[in-house]
Amino acid sequence: MPGDTAHRLWEVFTQPEGGKPFEHAGSVHAADAEMALQHARDVYTRRGEAVNIWVVPSSAITASTPGDAGPFFEPGNDKPYRHPQFYKVPSGVRVF
Amino acid sequence: MTSAAPFCEYLLRLGDDRLVLGHRLSEWCGHGPILEEDIALANIALDLVGQANLLLGRAAAVEGKGRDADALAFLRDSREYRNALIVELPRGDFGFTIVRQFLFSTYALHQWEALASCADADLAGIAARAVKETRYHVRHSAEWLVRLGDGTDESHARVQDALDELWRFTGELFLTDELEQGLVRRALAADSSTLEAPWRRDVEEVVRRATLRLPGDVYWQRGGRDGIHTEHLGLMLAEMQVLPRTYPGARW
Repeated sequence: MPGDTAHRLWEVFTQPEGGKPFEHAGSVHAADAEMALQHARDVYTRRGEAVNIWVVPSSAITASTPGDAGPFFEPGNDKPYRHPQFYKVPSGVRVF
Repeated sequence: MTSAAPFCEYLLRLGDDRLVLGHRLSEWCGHGPILEEDIALANIALDLVGQANLLLGRAAAVEGKGRDADALAFLRDSREYRNALIVELPRGDFGFTIVRQFLFSTYALHQWEALASCADADLAGIAARAVKETRYHVRHSAEWLVRLGDGTDESHARVQDALDELWRFTGELFLTDELEQGLVRRALAADSSTLEAPWRRDVEEVVRRATLRLPGDVYWQRGGRDGIHTEHLGLMLAEMQVLPRTYPGARW
């Protein structure tokens, strides 16, 4: 559509209910933050999917690259002691 | 007129305003300036058609002649429509649509707030729900108006033109008459004449933020509440009503 390029890209995060973590819902085009918020509301929360919205300029997000995958994530794989499954859960503690 | 007739007539005014404006907005579907705004306009259109459905349903029940909301929407001619002229004007460009939406939604918000405490429980319930929807319509159109007015030279000129063109249609919204005053006394209607001052205050505030100027005194266009419409309404209804009139009772 014409004019599309004049609008910046914003990432949308929605909180499904109070106290729950925000989840990435998608992205919208908008000229500024207020309009991004309104567009996010119309595009992602029309059916009551959220109680809160964050919008963040896509350009403000620093992302890891596929090339980072090795140094970033693999060292954790051979360190089983980082995983808590060796511990017995004391009785009386609720397991989620 | 029976005692129910004035209230039915009033509900038609409320319902027709929203049905006609909702249809005009729906014409943007697939033509919005950007995908996100296309969805936003369709959302507002759906809110308005939904409000109209409830209002015309209540009007049909009050009338008590076996008609329903669909019969009122699709089987009346323009002469029987009671909407104000401002909502039937063609959608124009995006700036025109936004200016009209802002002027009408601001009016509608004050009207709904007044009706939320009216003596008819059904209408009060519709109003309580519609207040929330309409608050968003005001916010959305006001923010766009500020961005277009305080945007580029072209966007500023376009919304100023739209404001100048639409201004003479706003006076009709605040006209009251004997029928309405009779209902106001029974707490069944909002007094239109009392809505103008708060409306004007809100409009001035946003127009100032948008770096626009309010038009001066003009001759007020009127006639919609009596069924005297512009040529545009008949053409719009022809399109809106073609299916139920061509295939009476059609279902899908």
